Amino acid sequence: MNLNLTLIGQMLAFIGFVVFCMKYVWPPILAAMAERETKIADGLAAADRASHDLELAQEKAVERLKEAKEEAAGIIDSANKRAGQLVDEAKEAAVTEADRVKAAAQAEIEQEANRAKEHLRGQVAALSLAGAEKVLGAAIDENAHKELVDKLASEL
Amino acid sequence: MAAEGEAQTVSEYIVHHLTNLTYGKLPEGFERDDGSIVAEGGLWTTAHGGIEASAMGFSAIHVDSMIWSIGLGIVFCWLFRSVAKKAEAGVPSGMVNAAEMVVEFVDNTVKDTFHGQNKLVAPLALTIFVWVFLMNLMDLIPVDLIPHALMLLGVADYHKIVPSTDPNITMGMAVGVFFLMLYYSIKVKGFGFVKELTLNPFNHWVFIPVNLFMEVVGLLAKPFSLGLRLFGNMYAGEMIFILIAALFGAGVAWILPAGLLQVGWAIFHILVITLQAFIFMVLTIVYLSMAHEDH
Repeated sequence: MNLNLTLIGQMLAFIGFVVFCMKYVWPPILAAMAERETKIADGLAAADRASHDLELAQEKAVERLKEAKEEAAGIIDSANKRAGQLVDEAKEAAVTEADRVKAAAQAEIEQEANRAKEHLRGQVAALSLAGAEKVLGAAIDENAHKELVDKLASEL
Repeated sequence: MAAEGEAQTVSEYIVHHLTNLTYGKLPEGFERDDGSIVAEGGLWTTAHGGIEASAMGFSAIHVDSMIWSIGLGIVFCWLFRSVAKKAEAGVPSGMVNAAEMVVEFVDNTVKDTFHGQNKLVAPLALTIFVWVFLMNLMDLIPVDLIPHALMLLGVADYHKIVPSTDPNITMGMAVGVFFLMLYYSIKVKGFGFVKELTLNPFNHWVFIPVNLFMEVVGLLAKPFSLGLRLFGNMYAGEMIFILIAALFGAGVAWILPAGLLQVGWAIFHILVITLQAFIFMVLTIVYLSMAHEDH
């Protein structure tokens, strides 16, 4: 329990250990800890960023999907429209064609009828001439009465 | 203990345990316990017992305290140096983890208490905390184990293995802290330190002597309270361990209760040694922080 040189000895040892700690122990340990801290912080930030990116990507995907759906709907719409148009066109063409065919047929019929009339007229002329010839009993000068008969035939 | 019990009385046993292994200079004309008289010019020798040790006065050294204190300091340095070499930014493991926990704890305590810019304070606090803790930890080694083994080996008659039960050790550290306080007070405040000592708490020139007296007492009380608190706590703890150990010699019937007491006190003491190391560290930080603050 006496105070003696031990006091001085302990003081010197104390100084020595503190200096050693200050030079060789504290700075490397603290540096390593600080470095690890920044590393972990960076890692967390990266994870945050990644999840944010994922969210963005998901949003984008949803948007793209919506766009695609809209586009598809548009395409179907226009296709439907086009199909209707085609059907209409076809109908119209068919009608036109039918009209044309009908017209042509009518024209032919008319022509045939005309021709038949013509023929009939010629026959009528011939018949009437022959009839007249028979009635009159005499030959009729075909040339002299031709004009008359033709006029008669055209009035038929 | 049991073997000694017959030869020694309990008080002899206790005194024996509280005596350091002292090496020092006996004064001229001192009569040693074997009857010989110290020759002219004194004699450097190992003290036989407390009377010789006190006769040596200041020119003596407690060999056991110094060996254990410096040895434990080296253990601290080696332990933390090896951690410092291994420490890197990767995943820490084992010893590195434990040491970093201590370092972080000390660093936080320093940051909470000390607001100045000083690269010394944190390493100083770490050294104090771990070193004092290791010195206190020696208290948990059964009191007779090492001293008795050394006595049987014939190496030393006296041995105290807990350096912090030696006031020289605790006051040595406290005085070291005190010098640091003075150094930083003068370095940071300059003449303001003198003003602080003379013009506080009564700011008038008439009161300068009163102020000076009060402030100097206050200043000197810091290292004393710092060193003696640790010494007192550890000394008392050690004393109780010694008393419990003495109880083992009181008879077979005492072995069980003494054993229970020993275990109980040891468990409680784990708290005490950690707390005392922590208090020494925190007070050091606080005192140095006060030395840095201008009023």
